[in-house]
Amino acid sequence: MTEVRSIVDAAGLEALLEALCAQGYQLIGPTVRDEAIVYDEIATLDDLPRGVGDEQDGGHYRLTRRNDEALFGYVVGPQSWKKLLHPPVLRLWRARREGDELRVEAEPARAEKFAFIGARSCELHAIAIQDRVFLGGSYADPHYRARREDVFIVAVNCGVAGGACFCVSMDTGPKATMGFDIALTEIVAGSSFLVEIGTEAGRALLDSLPRRAASASETEEAEAILAHTAENMGRSLEAGDVRDLLARNLEHPRWDDVAARCLACTNCTMVCPTCFCTSVEDASDLAGIESERSRRWDSCFTLDFSYIHGGSVRQSVKSRYRQWMTHKLSTWHDQFGSSGCVGCGRCIVWCPVGIDLTEEARAIRESEAQKGAT
Amino acid sequence: MSATHHRTSSVPRLAVWKFASCDGCQLSLLDCEDELLAVAQALDIAYFPEATRAPIRGTYDLSLVEGSITTPHDAERIQDVRRRSRALITIGACATSGGIQALRNFADVREYASIVYARPDYIHALATSTPISDHVKVDFELRGCPIDKGQLIEVISSFLAGRKPATPSHSVCLQCKLKGNVCVMVAQGTPCLGPVTHAGCGALCPSYDRGCYGCFGPAETPNAPSLSAQLAALGMDEEALQRVYRTFNAQAEAFREESERHDE
Repeated sequence: MTEVRSIVDAAGLEALLEALCAQGYQLIGPTVRDEAIVYDEIATLDDLPRGVGDEQDGGHYRLTRRNDEALFGYVVGPQSWKKLLHPPVLRLWRARREGDELRVEAEPARAEKFAFIGARSCELHAIAIQDRVFLGGSYADPHYRARREDVFIVAVNCGVAGGACFCVSMDTGPKATMGFDIALTEIVAGSSFLVEIGTEAGRALLDSLPRRAASASETEEAEAILAHTAENMGRSLEAGDVRDLLARNLEHPRWDDVAARCLACTNCTMVCPTCFCTSVEDASDLAGIESERSRRWDSCFTLDFSYIHGGSVRQSVKSRYRQWMTHKLSTWHDQFGSSGCVGCGRCIVWCPVGIDLTEEARAIRESEAQKGAT
Repeated sequence: MSATHHRTSSVPRLAVWKFASCDGCQLSLLDCEDELLAVAQALDIAYFPEATRAPIRGTYDLSLVEGSITTPHDAERIQDVRRRSRALITIGACATSGGIQALRNFADVREYASIVYARPDYIHALATSTPISDHVKVDFELRGCPIDKGQLIEVISSFLAGRKPATPSHSVCLQCKLKGNVCVMVAQGTPCLGPVTHAGCGALCPSYDRGCYGCFGPAETPNAPSLSAQLAALGMDEEALQRVYRTFNAQAEAFREESERHDE
């Protein structure tokens, strides 16, 4: 959609939140909790992390104080929108014994009306990937669909690059190009936001807000901010052929090296915005009258996850790390037609020992280059 | 009363046994206030010195065993308990890994006795504190110091239903993430044993901004040396590294090996 872009100020942004509230949306956005920026319910602009920045590296995250009043002057935190669209724990059905009968009651898919405030471009790509996983193919997930259908997305183009960001390598950012209703670029910290429209719903909403047309210089300023972000990525990954690189190096000694460091703690998979695996658990009461089945996030790093009759398929941590990384960067293409990685860097930052998949890929690549040279 | 007679003959008989321990884990059963009546209806609590006066008599369908083996007498008694038990489930860090009293395994217990007691010759203690599974076959081990009462109910419910209990052996980290906790180690630099520790507590300490103390012992495939390197980078010295693994589960293999790696 090509348009004249608009500018809203802080009051306009507040009006945007109010309008979404009035339409029955539950506002979810970035807010400071437990020394990090998490996604949680917000009500007004005051709930956003005003003037807060972040410092991110392998196994390291700290909030910082910015020297301005920016509302979006940080990158992605420990959580992703996954927790709302694909909840960590979800009951699937309940059963009750009534005499000789067994009554099973499926959990109804609960429709939600979320407005995501401040979703980043990499996250929009992650949501698109999970859409393919949960809604593509013959078997759509009714719970995901019910939560996903009515989401209104206010995207934010990244004004800073994080220490572990590599969306430029994955072609997923820093500018939002799809999957949003409205996209903002914060061109003057805390007070001036360039607005782009992604959908008719976005346009209708914008039309109701106090706004003015953006000048040419303001549009250029937004582009300059995004160009600066793109040039300052904390990490990079040669994504072009990483799919084949990993596929032909399944027995590379680097897998042993990373296994010596890997804690198999599951953090990378939990924070990954595209990892979608779950296990089901059954519970029954003491009297044997009621039982229920729930599903919860699980991880290819646990032994139970690959447990089949006779034992776990992936006993070694080496095989588990390799499964995860090759799935994410290589076999995801075969399964879902794209990479499973959006370059958000969460797996690097929230790994307690800072294992970095871009570094692991680079090590394998360089060893090949050396072998080729000798 | 006929109703009582009928009940005791048709429901499984439960016994709760105590070895070297603080009683905290068996008290978790009494602490199950909301579920206690249901437990009493589903099981005949036939031997439980903390709650009833019934003597040891015959065999039991389910034995919950708390505590570690620290005396020659207990080493014999656990054999008798095993013979009387159809299913034997150990509860708590003492019974599953030797408990805090296994710190003696790294020292000379005779020397301790000579310092502490006026007549050390009255003390008949083994040189080590060992888990129940070192002595008899154990059907299931429930971790924790203390155990989580929700997990205890789950274990009893699954025993009654004849299914596998849902007490996963992955790390505490996974529980933290399910709860939406922010990692205290990454975001605050707080040393945390969560990445190598068995889940089950509901990520209690990290939920209150503390690092994990490892009360549930090692997770399924712990990589303690890698975690130690990171803890050292966060400022822990060798002595502190040794102590952090040498607590309630000091004798558990992965924690014992790691603490010994940091012996001066």
